[in-house]
Amino acid sequence: MTTPVAHRPLTAGRRLHIGDTAFRISLFAAGAVVIVVLLSILTIMFVGGKQAFDTFGLGFISGTEWNPVTQIYGALPAITGTLLTAVLALLIAWPIGFGIAFFLTETCPERLRGPLGVAVELLAAVPSIVYGMWGFFVLAPFMAEYVQPWLTATFLWIPPIPDTFYWFTAPPIGVGLITASLVLAIMILPFIAATTRDVLQSTPQLLKDGAYAMGATRWEALTGVVIPAVRGSLFGAVFLGLGRALGETMAVVFVIGNAIRMPDSLMAPSATIASVVANSFPEAEPGTLDLAVLLALGFILFVVSFGVLAIARVLLRQERMS
Amino acid sequence: MLNLLAGRILGAIGVFAALLALAAGPAAAQNITGAGATFPAPIYSSWGEDYAKAGGARLNYQALGSGAGVTQIINRTVDFGASDSPVASERLQKEQLLQFPAIIGAVVIVVNVPGVDGTKIKLTGDVLGEIYVGRVRLWNDPKIVALNPHLKLPAIPISPAYRADSSGTTSIFTKYLSSVSPIFKERTGAGNAVAWRTGLGAPGNAGVAAAVKNIKGGIGYVEFAYAAENDMQALQLANGSGKFVSPSVPGFMEAAAQADWANAKNMAADMLNMPGEIAWPITSASYILVPRNPKDPAATQRVLRYIDWSFRNGSATADRLHYIMLPTAVQDVVRQQWTTLAANGRPLWPAN
Repeated sequence: MTTPVAHRPLTAGRRLHIGDTAFRISLFAAGAVVIVVLLSILTIMFVGGKQAFDTFGLGFISGTEWNPVTQIYGALPAITGTLLTAVLALLIAWPIGFGIAFFLTETCPERLRGPLGVAVELLAAVPSIVYGMWGFFVLAPFMAEYVQPWLTATFLWIPPIPDTFYWFTAPPIGVGLITASLVLAIMILPFIAATTRDVLQSTPQLLKDGAYAMGATRWEALTGVVIPAVRGSLFGAVFLGLGRALGETMAVVFVIGNAIRMPDSLMAPSATIASVVANSFPEAEPGTLDLAVLLALGFILFVVSFGVLAIARVLLRQERMS
Repeated sequence: MLNLLAGRILGAIGVFAALLALAAGPAAAQNITGAGATFPAPIYSSWGEDYAKAGGARLNYQALGSGAGVTQIINRTVDFGASDSPVASERLQKEQLLQFPAIIGAVVIVVNVPGVDGTKIKLTGDVLGEIYVGRVRLWNDPKIVALNPHLKLPAIPISPAYRADSSGTTSIFTKYLSSVSPIFKERTGAGNAVAWRTGLGAPGNAGVAAAVKNIKGGIGYVEFAYAAENDMQALQLANGSGKFVSPSVPGFMEAAAQADWANAKNMAADMLNMPGEIAWPITSASYILVPRNPKDPAATQRVLRYIDWSFRNGSATADRLHYIMLPTAVQDVVRQQWTTLAANGRPLWPAN
């Protein structure tokens, strides 16, 4: 038996008014928390890393030597590794993710659509340490044995930049830029596929029907109607993937080869900002330059990731507005 | 990285155990807390278990890395700190710490050269240094062939592997290379983390071992205990007498016996590149740090009792885990050093 609750009249006056205000304030506080946390992280990174910027100036960003023994730190190798792996991962994952998305929205049989969609999303649920160990123990030996010798032989015609960059010519050691990019590509694939699928689904059915009615093939409808209609949003999806690839840590530590030097080929071992921080942080003592350079690295990564996300937002919004 | 994870987990367990101990009340008084190097963590923990079973205090050792161990004992947040590399005299003085060796370990060089038995390969420290700076790049380099005229060495690239994480093992290895290879000293130098000029980094001993196994032409350095347990091929190195030796427990013992313990400052005797018939050149002690001015003298005494018990009863465990006990003469020197510890005008050792 429940006792009927008396309906309070809406004009109950002050009590309701106070509750309303409290509600509004708490909502504002919830929103403010995000801003405060973001700003404080940025501040702490910058203040903690200031010693590095003070010591090396802009040379911290352009320096190629990372030497804990002589205490000379330049972040360019780590920045290069971060950008190279993220962009390569994107180049690999984008076409595949786009293919998955288009397949799911256009040509996939109805029965397969659900399971395939779930499978793609499951890829995103695999912990990154698992990707790392799989990459190190399974993918790396496979790369060394089959893929890397083939790449070297196939792309030998690309003229090298003497003493600087040899493209695909390097000892096949399994780990390195290419392997890290592959693992990253698999990790960002679900994000790109899911976002692209949502974007494609948002294309007005009328447009597509119109194209098909004109006798367009699926390919023609895709390239002539769908893509032009959602171009900006598609780039947005890509940048979301890029943002994730930039900051990935655990998986990268296992497969990148952890060499804080300028890479001399696409198969060379390298390092990313996140991997350098993860490797060096446990032994970096408070108050030392060693810790300051790691925080400064974190600051750089923060700024780069923020820039990428900002571009993604702008591109996604342009579309919605038009 | 694995060490970091393991450290975190061990740390969490340690904190949890400490909380339990606090809840148990008076039992907390019978705890020893230690933190530091990951390399001796298995032996310290095993000794701790045996010691507790024998009625001694219970040990909580957190394997956070040598650097963290030094920081923690300086802050006096633990009863003892542990470090793979000795702490500099001035720092010991300034922070009022006593340093002594507790266990000996060795670093061995593992290889993967197709068609060649790795245990037959001979290298000098000088050539090893040139490999690790990228001056000797192929397994059939004339310098390697000259040392191994009877082996059929293939013309494949050498892929040196190193520890990606900051590590006491790296410190010992780079200190050795810096002492025997001028070019390595000039171009790389020694430290827990260094600027490697060639090769690839892998996380932890397990990572370096796996990298060497996976890569044809791979070479890497791991702790002896790790190589022994995983049945890896360790090559021969020239020692201080120019003799080519394979790593062996008697070889480590001989290196430890050759070291000049009597004149070593703060007991940090150099055991690298010792002369001898079988002395292994990359042998090193791992150190324990205790406060000279303990706030809790009883806690420091518990640490000393635990180490003393382990010196007397721990050799079977050390053998099983592939560590090397300090020579008994050196153990006596360590106990002698303990007698310099005092609190409130009373010596902490002998502790009974």
